[in-house]
Amino acid sequence: MGAFGDRFIALVLALGVLAAVITPARAGPYEDALAHFTADSFDQTIEGINAVATSGNAFAAPVISALQEGRLFFSADSKRVFIREPGDRLIDAATGQPVAADPPDLAPVRLNNRLRRIVEAALGSLTLMAPDPGKRLEAAQAVLKSKDPNALPALDQAIAKESDARVKLALTEARAAVVLYSDNASDDDKLDAIALIRQRGDQDALALLGGLPASASPAVKKAASEAIASVQNSLALWTAVQNAWYGLSLGSVLLLAAIGLAITFGVMGVINMAHGEMVMLGAYTTFVVQEVIRARNPALFDYSLAIAIPLAFLVAGFVGILIERGIIRFLYGRPLETLLATWGLSLIIQQAVRTAFGPTNKDVGNPSWMSGSFDLGHITITYNRLWIIVFTLLIFVGLLGLLRFTRFGLEMRAVTQNRAMAASMGIRTSRIDALTFGLGSGIAGLAGVALSQIDNVSPNLGQGYIIDSFMVVVFGGVGNLWGTLVGAFTLGIANKFLEPYAGAVLGKIAILVLIILFIQKRPRGLFALKGRAVEA
Amino acid sequence: MIAGMVLRSLDRGAIAFLATLAAIGILVPVLNLLVPATSPFHLSSYFVALFGKYLCFALLALSIDLIWGYCGILSLGHGAFFALGGYAMGMYLMRQIGTRGVYAHPVLPDFMVFLNWPELPVYWYGFQHFAYAAFMVLFVPGLLAFVFGWFAFRSRVTGVYLSIITQALTFALMLGFFRNNFGFGGNNGLTDFKDILGFNVQAPGTRAALFMISAFALMLGFVICRVIVSSKFGKVLVAIRDAEARTRFLGYRVEAYKLFVFTLSACMAGVAGALYVPQVGIINPSEFSPGNSIEAVIWVAVGGRGTLTGAVLGAVLVNYGKTYFTSGFLAPYWLFVLGGLFIAVTLLLPRGIVGTVHHWWGQWRERQAGARAAAGATRVPDASPRPAE
Repeated sequence: MGAFGDRFIALVLALGVLAAVITPARAGPYEDALAHFTADSFDQTIEGINAVATSGNAFAAPVISALQEGRLFFSADSKRVFIREPGDRLIDAATGQPVAADPPDLAPVRLNNRLRRIVEAALGSLTLMAPDPGKRLEAAQAVLKSKDPNALPALDQAIAKESDARVKLALTEARAAVVLYSDNASDDDKLDAIALIRQRGDQDALALLGGLPASASPAVKKAASEAIASVQNSLALWTAVQNAWYGLSLGSVLLLAAIGLAITFGVMGVINMAHGEMVMLGAYTTFVVQEVIRARNPALFDYSLAIAIPLAFLVAGFVGILIERGIIRFLYGRPLETLLATWGLSLIIQQAVRTAFGPTNKDVGNPSWMSGSFDLGHITITYNRLWIIVFTLLIFVGLLGLLRFTRFGLEMRAVTQNRAMAASMGIRTSRIDALTFGLGSGIAGLAGVALSQIDNVSPNLGQGYIIDSFMVVVFGGVGNLWGTLVGAFTLGIANKFLEPYAGAVLGKIAILVLIILFIQKRPRGLFALKGRAVEA
Repeated sequence: MIAGMVLRSLDRGAIAFLATLAAIGILVPVLNLLVPATSPFHLSSYFVALFGKYLCFALLALSIDLIWGYCGILSLGHGAFFALGGYAMGMYLMRQIGTRGVYAHPVLPDFMVFLNWPELPVYWYGFQHFAYAAFMVLFVPGLLAFVFGWFAFRSRVTGVYLSIITQALTFALMLGFFRNNFGFGGNNGLTDFKDILGFNVQAPGTRAALFMISAFALMLGFVICRVIVSSKFGKVLVAIRDAEARTRFLGYRVEAYKLFVFTLSACMAGVAGALYVPQVGIINPSEFSPGNSIEAVIWVAVGGRGTLTGAVLGAVLVNYGKTYFTSGFLAPYWLFVLGGLFIAVTLLLPRGIVGTVHHWWGQWRERQAGARAAAGATRVPDASPRPAE
């Protein structure tokens, strides 16, 4: 009822307004055209449709759509045409005035299948001039698909009047499609049309170029097949660009998850199997922040991530320092034991979160500036993925800067390179250890804030990333942040390029196998620290 | 000669351990089958199945202790070998169902009929024969371990790197076996078994026999490990564990030693899996999950690595604790306990239960010897292998 009622109201309003403006009706091309409908012959009706459609009168669209729906009536005696409105009211099609009583010889204007097609095409051309640019775009697309030669004059008219660049392009492309498929266009026009369609360069263009009638001249056919080849090339390129984009996006997620690990594992040599749980804690911090905001001050929701970022860093970092002080510092130099102890810790943290928040997924919302997407060429880019890439790179650069330019970074590097020497230079190595571990864990917490936007926030969130993150760090080379960067993006992109051929799961398996083989070749990763020690 | 080697390898503790196992292997089935259900000495079939499962876990733990405790290879993917052995046995059991399946297809297992497979895939051929399946139980895990180890050890992937890629290995296998088109039943795995060698797998007699076989397999595994670690070969393994580079410089081919012991250990894990499947009645891809493999490592750590008896003890104790905790109102706390166990053992009890007892025993003996011969007598060296990096 909704759409129907809306249309009815719109029609009545339009008619009412128009009636007020144009009455009294003057005899013109539109009124002459209407007369064709009263002849009760299919040929006359066709002429009537075309004449009405090209009349430019505002009544043209309502008349034709009434015809399509069987609501157009005529009276042969008085030579007048009427529209039966949904409310059973009859209006005069020439004036828009309601008619008091039905004329005695009222009869519907009849249609057959041939006419129905013409009616549809006429309606399509009429909407080409609709005031709403969205409608015009749709109509242009419809013509591009139907390639109806009757729409050509309407298209020309529409192109001349069109001011919106996007719609104008669509209209010109639709016109090219019509020209390409019309029997009486010259070869030159057709070649121009092919060039235009070639520029469009998507699947629709391929369909248009591929479906040329056999009657086309050799020159046109040749141009078309060239254009097909070029479109296919560019499409393949776009697919590659899209895969690369997905790969970058996955790579940034991997980098986010792995970068904290690159600190704890790479710099400190500590295997932290509870790293994924630090990510999970960050995601849950985001959840709690959003819950508080929802309850107290919903207006701040768009800033929830900005509030969650420092909090998640502090929460995860604090837990990290506790872990280092409580467990890991007793296990330095015993990496396998550290691995087992932190694995046990990860079980405890997971179960604690499960007890506190329940085992189900938590709803973490996207702020408005992270939802939605935009088109770039032939690919769609979502804002949340884009922001995550930006966020990841910011963290990476920040971390590099921290290591390179701050006193803490300097001390951290010193302790990494030569613990005994650093200690004798007055650096409190155990304090640096705790802070470094806290830093790595805090960054994992930041990763959790970002991942809460694209993944399910559940107690198992971290487990899904732990193996991948280790793969990234091992692949990139331990103790080298650039290696982690390259490793993450290489794995992400390789994964996405394998997926179309092997499927998601097999692609992942293939990557794991490739890494296993790669480690055989370079046991210390892509960017290994060079040294002459027998055992690194 | 072999008998001599075996006898020489068994000290008093080992013989006591084997005798206990043998007694359990005979007593439990007897108490289950021959003692009437009303008697207080009767053991239920549930108990037999449960402890049969523990024996399989103990064999898995033993295989891990052999490589971790004596050669320093921490595999976080031993669950994969266990599961592969289990799948080989499961395939045999599936073929034995025959026309008794839901779809009553004479050749294809139910899940293949369900997924519209036209015919049996090649790698399922031959599994209707028990001997072939038994061979595959050893061969598949052994081959995987050999190929994997050959690559890994030759390029000197050691320590945590090895641990991480073994974990990736089992993770990759898990993803693979979850897929329907791999032909191993996907998510649901293999289940609904009927017969093993013509005996009903559900029958109490079969269960008791499987229990005995598991106990025997565990004894056999223990003797093999014992022979290896007490031979000169075993001394080299310990040398590799404690100082790999130095052993290499002394002229030993470290890779070959590691490869042999890793492959053997994988075969043992495969046997454990094969005995496990008929007793629990199902094998599915979750057996490959990395968590399972790490849990098996903690059994060894609890019992004491580098002791063999400790691995068995740890597997039974931890799994009994798991059954106890997860079957009652304490279920939500099991992961706290397990996690706490990981931390407590590594921090407070790095030698494990058996290792610590050995250690105290050694100290006590030392003090006794010192007191007896205060005037410059020779000191008794600590005989137990020392767990070290």
